Amino acid sequence: MNLFDILGPVMVGPSSSHTAGAVRIGRVARLILGSKPVEARFMLHGSFAMTGEGHGTKQALVAGLLGMRLDDEQIPESYRIAEEQGLRFSFGTCTIRDAHPNSVLVYARGEDGSEINIGAASLGGARIEVFQYGDIRTSFSAELPTLLITNHDAPGCVSLVTALLAREGINLATLELNRDGRGETALMVIECDNPVPERTVTALRAMPDILSAVYFLPSGIG
Amino acid sequence: MIDFTSIEQMLKDTQESGLPLWENILLSDCRHQDIKREESLEKMESLLAAMEQTDAGYRAEDRSRSGLSGGDGGKMMEYAKGKTLCGEFISDVIAGALRTAECNACMKRIVAAPSAGSCGVLPAVLLAYKRHCGADRESLIHALYIASAIGAVIVSRASISGAEGGCQAEIGSAAAMSAAALVSLENGTPEQMAHACAMAVKNLMGLACDPVAGLVEVPCVKRNVIGAMDALSAAQMALAGIESRVPCDQVLDAMREVGQSLPPSLRETGRGGVAGTPFGVGVRTALKKRSES
Repeated sequence: MNLFDILGPVMVGPSSSHTAGAVRIGRVARLILGSKPVEARFMLHGSFAMTGEGHGTKQALVAGLLGMRLDDEQIPESYRIAEEQGLRFSFGTCTIRDAHPNSVLVYARGEDGSEINIGAASLGGARIEVFQYGDIRTSFSAELPTLLITNHDAPGCVSLVTALLAREGINLATLELNRDGRGETALMVIECDNPVPERTVTALRAMPDILSAVYFLPSGIG
Repeated sequence: MIDFTSIEQMLKDTQESGLPLWENILLSDCRHQDIKREESLEKMESLLAAMEQTDAGYRAEDRSRSGLSGGDGGKMMEYAKGKTLCGEFISDVIAGALRTAECNACMKRIVAAPSAGSCGVLPAVLLAYKRHCGADRESLIHALYIASAIGAVIVSRASISGAEGGCQAEIGSAAAMSAAALVSLENGTPEQMAHACAMAVKNLMGLACDPVAGLVEVPCVKRNVIGAMDALSAAQMALAGIESRVPCDQVLDAMREVGQSLPPSLRETGRGGVAGTPFGVGVRTALKKRSES
């Protein structure tokens, strides 16, 4: 229990789940994309789709993808700012089986050509959960320094990664391993107790069988 | 060290420590979070400043996206220029609750305390108190520590989420936090803070969460007013030596039980209560049409 979970966050209203949580989801998408987004599509599910209009959920998602923080007073202006920054975006609705009532699927393409597909839910109190990363089901909250590592599903990958982190003195809080349906690509979600230095992330990317490594700090999420 | 699961434990631990309650709260939280005292104090100060900025940034002409909210803070401020029914201080509290809650509805920057829907309660009482009774910065910060600790125990024993516990969990919690904060500002004892918390929760027990069209506007904005009023009356009773017959922890446990007993239609689904009235259903339908077009 953290007193600053009770007082705060400082946020743009009206809703910590439909507004602040939506900004956070947009920010996570931006961080995972790793480059300036030029195109995005948001598919809203459940209550997000139904009450999102009055809560400014769509504005909030775009704002987060543009990199705005939870309390950025320009959040209501995000459509105009997206246009100015060359971000084309669209919205639709979908039904996701077994998903939280405030869920969204985010597709984004960066100016460097990279693409992401993630699924995330807004749990209330501005907390979020990313439940889908590409084709892989997962679950992380982005509240701790987080590593997202995809690799060829081969023996030894996890131990190489954890050994490197151990050498750097990084204590692991949680480690989750998941695979896509075909068992070819695996996703490691590692939440750490301490921040991970840039050189370590670079070293991870260079390791054999590692396809990608994304790192972000919770402060990056806002 | 306080573990924020029990008001009684918090009071007992603090008595044994010999520290003022706010300070024991600060030290306990710093130890839990592994942060320094200065960092905590700075953060609390920034939250107080943010509350003041929200209040200062209010504009009576702002309207929410749905059109349902805005302008009532302005109406109250105008009315309060003349002779009022409730007197100057209370009128200021009411206006303050409306202002901050309307800022929330209008997509402006607020401090969730403990939630966005109930963000108007704590600043309404604290800032009006500052204006009328001249509290210094330190006392206000101490009061915020008291408020947050009450909220933490409520999270542990009950809930601060309308979806889980109804509006008693959001506005009721904010009222309980604010009641204890007011007692602190008036230099009341920790026991009085606990009684104020208990009475504030009891007096809003069972309050339903029935937002029209699922939006944090109707009746949410005006519920921030009752939250502030509840806090004032509970604090004053406690300061007068009036005690809650039911111990505070047990009141919070009852709050949890009542929250769980509320049907889903009264727990932030936008179905029951005023959300289910012809007016409420009409708004929901109209907004749904708008979002589909």
